[in-house]
Amino acid sequence: MGASRIKWHVVVFLAPAVLVYTAIMIFPLFNTLRLALYSEADQVRAFVGLENFRRLFGDPNWSGAFWNALGNNFWFFFIHMLVQNPIGIALAAILSHPRLRFAAFYRSAIFIPTILSFVIVGFAWKLILSPIWGIAPDMLDAIGLKSLFAPWLGKEEYALTTLALISVWQFVGIPMMLIYAALLSIPEEILEAAEVEGLTGMAAFWKIKLPLILPSIGIISILTFVGNFNAFDLIYAAQGALAGPNFATDILGTFMYRTFFGFQLQLGDPHMGSAIATAMFAIILLGVCVYLFAIQTRIRRYQF
Amino acid sequence: MNKARRNPANTLAMHGALILYTCIALFPVFVILINSFKTRKAIFREPLALPDADSFSMIGYQTVMKQGDFFLYFQNSMIVTVASLFFVLMFGAMAAFALSEYRFRGNTLMGLYLALGIMIPIRIGTVAILELMVASGLVNTLWALILVYTAQGLPLAVFILSEFMRQVSDDLKNAGRIDGLSEYTIFFRLVLPLVRPAMATVAVFNMIPIWNDLWFPLILAPAEETKTLTLGSQVFIGQFVTDWNAVLSALSMAILPVMVLYVIFSRQLIRGITSGAVK
Repeated sequence: MGASRIKWHVVVFLAPAVLVYTAIMIFPLFNTLRLALYSEADQVRAFVGLENFRRLFGDPNWSGAFWNALGNNFWFFFIHMLVQNPIGIALAAILSHPRLRFAAFYRSAIFIPTILSFVIVGFAWKLILSPIWGIAPDMLDAIGLKSLFAPWLGKEEYALTTLALISVWQFVGIPMMLIYAALLSIPEEILEAAEVEGLTGMAAFWKIKLPLILPSIGIISILTFVGNFNAFDLIYAAQGALAGPNFATDILGTFMYRTFFGFQLQLGDPHMGSAIATAMFAIILLGVCVYLFAIQTRIRRYQF
Repeated sequence: MNKARRNPANTLAMHGALILYTCIALFPVFVILINSFKTRKAIFREPLALPDADSFSMIGYQTVMKQGDFFLYFQNSMIVTVASLFFVLMFGAMAAFALSEYRFRGNTLMGLYLALGIMIPIRIGTVAILELMVASGLVNTLWALILVYTAQGLPLAVFILSEFMRQVSDDLKNAGRIDGLSEYTIFFRLVLPLVRPAMATVAVFNMIPIWNDLWFPLILAPAEETKTLTLGSQVFIGQFVTDWNAVLSALSMAILPVMVLYVIFSRQLIRGITSGAVK
């Protein structure tokens, strides 16, 4: 086949995917980055350079909300890393135990919250934690801890952490599954060799298995990072677009939604919305780069 | 075998931990479901009791049926999910075949280009996507959602499917070529049936996020006649927030279809995740 001849079947095979992907994903992505450099006055779109970003980071009308949302977003991510991964690893470690009965049942049951929509999860927990219904206070009462109860979703100091924990509850199935798969792929010979050396139980877990599943933990971390920094649905379903109380649960996704669409008396501003989207893009890109260059090259890959 | 692995106390502790966490995972779903079948009084008096002859009531479901158009929402969700999955699988498999089967200039580059979208969420481009949909008149149509979900699903689909297509034997394809089959026939008749398990994995991975998405229905198709089940229940619950029977019933009805899908596909889903398809 001559090199100059176009292989039409290759074009036909590639065209639909490339066209849809380019038109709906890549083009709007770059167009959004471009729109962030414009502003609109009297229905005329004008190029303003980095003015939108200066306002976003420095103008008192904007920067307070932006840094609040960014800080909240990091706290949201931090809680995920702190709670979700250890629980996921612990569950996976137990599940991967040889000759454990009903493992498939536990696995399927624990994964159920992950398949539910944010709307269901948000409202279900809102009802359960509601002081009106009283399930949460009654249950605490039953174990003598009623004094600990507070309307967690309604208090500024607890709301964000509570939502992060709800999100952890929902998604713990994913790290569990990925680490479970990684644990199962550790060859039996390695574990037997460790046993011969006297490493069993917990010691074997910390010294042998944990280092071997580090790459999976890295993947989970970056997936969580990307997921958290474009999260929106749970906060919107549970707290509304205003991310109450008093913006205590505002994260970049809800902030961008409010800015883009407007809320109450403020009109929507697609250009500031694009600026926030650009900031989210930069943060996610930075996270992915840190993962690719720093973490993945440091973690040794074990070839079995 | 060492003792630690057979110690009954150890086994008991493991089951204890797993049962405890299973309860934590299922408790909210359980509470919503049982209370959706109770009278308003019973919901508040004994929230953790199962419905009995006294407290049983379907009033919530009646309100939902009367006030919300849940069948329409369900139908919309169904159309959007099935159509998006069809296009993701169809276009994804075609592109994956092109990338894995043919050597052409820019092959690697094209692969990288298509893989970009695995890590970059499509939501970042929402402002421009809305502008595009407004300009093309697709706002408040199901096509807007189908296109967005197709674009969102393609990168991972191409990635996973091309991994699998590399494993299809060359002899088979070359035998087909000698028999005079066209490249299209080879793809549709020989290769597609062989990668069916991988296609099922891709479908299951895409299905749940599409079905559950709130962001794009809210932005691209919020009209009454194009609401998906997720958006529909969100709006319904927002309006009926003080009618606890209706809210609990609406939540239960939103849980039901996903649970049915999960029961049907959980084996496939779990096998997909644990076989390392998302590495």
